[in-house]
Amino acid sequence: MFGLDKKDTMLLLLVAALTALAPFLLNPFPEGSAMAQFNAGYPDLMQRFVIFGIFAIGFNILFGLTGYLSFGHAAFLGVGSYAAVWMFKLLSMNVLPAIVLAVVMSGIFALLIGYVSLRRSGIYFSILTLAFAQMMFALAYSVLTPITGGETGLQLALDDPRILDGAVAANGNIPVPGLFGMEMRDSVQLELGAWVFTFNFGYYFSALVMLISFYIAIRIFRSPFGMMLRAIKANQQRLNYTGLNTRPYTLAAFVISGMYAGLAGALMASMDPLAGAERMFWTASGEVVLMTILGGVGTLIGPILGAGAIKYMENIISKINSDILHSWFAFLPDGLEDLLVTLVYPFIGKGWHLTLGIIFMLVVIFLPGGLVEGGQRIARLFKSKKTDRSAPKPQIEPGE
Amino acid sequence: MSKTNLTRRGLLRSGAVAGAGVALPTIFTGSSVAAFTNEPTGSTVTLGFNVPQTGPYADEGADELRAYELAVEHLNGGGDGGMMNTFSSKALNGSGILGKKVQYVTGDTQTKSDAARASAKSMIEKDGAVMITGGSSSGVAVAVQALCQEAGVIFMAGLTHSNDTTGKDKRANGFRHFFNSYMSGAALAPILAKNYGTDRKAYHLTADYNWGYTTEEAIRNSTEAMGWETVAAVKTPLTQTDFSSYIAPVLQSGADVLVLNHYGGNMVNSLTNAVQFGLREKVVNGKNFEIVVPLYSRLMAKGAGANVKGIYGSTNWHWSLQDEGTKAFVKSFGTKYGFPPSQAAHTCYAQALLYADAVQRAGSFNPCAVAEALEGFEFDGMGNGKTLYRAEDHQCFKDVLVVRGKENPTSEFDLLEIVEITPVEQVTYDASIFGGQLGTCNPGA
Repeated sequence: MFGLDKKDTMLLLLVAALTALAPFLLNPFPEGSAMAQFNAGYPDLMQRFVIFGIFAIGFNILFGLTGYLSFGHAAFLGVGSYAAVWMFKLLSMNVLPAIVLAVVMSGIFALLIGYVSLRRSGIYFSILTLAFAQMMFALAYSVLTPITGGETGLQLALDDPRILDGAVAANGNIPVPGLFGMEMRDSVQLELGAWVFTFNFGYYFSALVMLISFYIAIRIFRSPFGMMLRAIKANQQRLNYTGLNTRPYTLAAFVISGMYAGLAGALMASMDPLAGAERMFWTASGEVVLMTILGGVGTLIGPILGAGAIKYMENIISKINSDILHSWFAFLPDGLEDLLVTLVYPFIGKGWHLTLGIIFMLVVIFLPGGLVEGGQRIARLFKSKKTDRSAPKPQIEPGE
Repeated sequence: MSKTNLTRRGLLRSGAVAGAGVALPTIFTGSSVAAFTNEPTGSTVTLGFNVPQTGPYADEGADELRAYELAVEHLNGGGDGGMMNTFSSKALNGSGILGKKVQYVTGDTQTKSDAARASAKSMIEKDGAVMITGGSSSGVAVAVQALCQEAGVIFMAGLTHSNDTTGKDKRANGFRHFFNSYMSGAALAPILAKNYGTDRKAYHLTADYNWGYTTEEAIRNSTEAMGWETVAAVKTPLTQTDFSSYIAPVLQSGADVLVLNHYGGNMVNSLTNAVQFGLREKVVNGKNFEIVVPLYSRLMAKGAGANVKGIYGSTNWHWSLQDEGTKAFVKSFGTKYGFPPSQAAHTCYAQALLYADAVQRAGSFNPCAVAEALEGFEFDGMGNGKTLYRAEDHQCFKDVLVVRGKENPTSEFDLLEIVEITPVEQVTYDASIFGGQLGTCNPGA
């Protein structure tokens, strides 16, 4: 289907089903129960899952295929956000022009930065991209304050022009981003017994965009262009010796992944019309590297899983405080309760980074292929029990 | 490349999945009918305390959280009631808010606008918080305030000192109890003139972000108005930890006063560097060299240690004040935690109580009703004397404290002494000078 082979079609449909049913899947615990703490099915977080999924998919096109590790990808996320918010301020609260401008702007920035940075490879490339990103962060934070809003961030105001649809909404407030009359924050709630499921328009819009991005990524992975990128990862020197100029390929990959980041930035701004400079800080660039590695570098679905895992921890684990811990262990005798709380406390709340670090280390050491490899191992375990595997299909592998 | 493998079964299956996906958001229309966002329907009401638990302002955040926990305890009738007893409005009675028990959720702003908004959003969308409060940075306050305006909940700002929070970026759903840069300038200038004379040459070091700019501007305007000259204003990166290279040119510039528009760790480092360079022993233009820190806090004074001795600054509140409200608050905070509260704790505690009182008086949690109850509200007994919540910009107007680093501190908390309580008339300004529009209150839903 859609020019994909059976396996890829299944993968695409699986991702589509997961995103469509996310409001159910992420809210497994009834409202008001002790476990409701772990529910992630509220609009903001679901939006983050898919938006960072897009960011990570794009990053994987560069890092997973060519092996070029960019440490400055958050810069394009920021560029996309600023471009989108400026579109909201100047033109219209419709998200489409914002997304288009964001993708174009981040593409231009990626072209410039990529043109310079891709003259080097390996660690030098990483450092160059990091330097550019930090430079852009510093500019956005102070010198370019009139354009970026500085530390406060760029936000909408009541006296913005908004040429197409007027500065002020009917209720006298700043209008909210939408798509032809549908507001991004529109939600309907479904109450089934003790469960409450929220279906948010912004989420489904982002999810649709993610599915399209995912589909494009699959096509790139399976195309001759993708094969060329893999060849660059496998042995760039050899490729050069055969008389091929690899730079146009790497530059194209860099620009494409920069545009993905810009798209993610635009969606972030569409869900929440504010763009802050921290979005470009180097830790944000590092986060997408973590997401990709945690999920599985060079795999299709890995980055989405990694993005989900990290955002889940950031938003759920970080909100558990000591009071909640005490209520969990309340059934235990006092001394034991306090002991358990003391033991668990460093890993929750503000200690979520520690938890993330440990999980990341475990994954890198025991599952070098990321969460995807974990899934494959489990699948293999079940398969080998059921039936003998049929002879493996001969596959074309790039030469090492 | 384009390999199409259409089978009847595959098509049916994928069609069904896609159809279900498309139809899902539309087949359910049963949305709950509420008058406003997160209307509390049960026997409890949830407030969201969004404070920095990590990052440069984690100390302030921790103290804010302590204050909020204390406020919740008092609202629910626990403890000794603290400032509820001295507060001029007697609407609160210790039975929660409107008879509903107060519960709270906490979040970490990380002193980043994005993280703060994510945290506030999850409180609103997931936990059903009807009011968000806290924060220790103006950037975060402005960002979260705008979010609360969109979502239709009340925002009670924590520690935020920039003029923008209730100036350029004010919002109808947002309220600030803390003072601002303009007030600092207006309060400090006369004291500086009295102690250092009116013919000084000032050199500014300014933290390179929004709060730094507005503070520098405010101090410049008010000192220049009384005859000082500004020699230079140099911006320093927020992440700077060693200010030696910025301090060295100060002496060559011919300036005889150094103004440090720094806060938190920045101020601790820059002041320490300046003192190490021997600036305070220097005599320039026949006058002793002086240092001024516009925004002071006890936590900063603690960080800078002996270096703060004799240095002037302004503060919103200090625990050594002798009015009834302050005494009651310091007593109940000290009993619970064993040390006196910081100004961040005080403003947050006051904000929580002010919100609860406004709800009680309005008889509703509806943000529009609460905003109406707060606008133009005059009160006393919250530690700052007579205070007005101005309706035009949702800024509190009250006396401002000018403080000085104590020469002989008696304890690690007794680091600042109050030089003057600047009366509110002297720091009041016209609501329109910073621009911005309040908009109209948004009840959401």
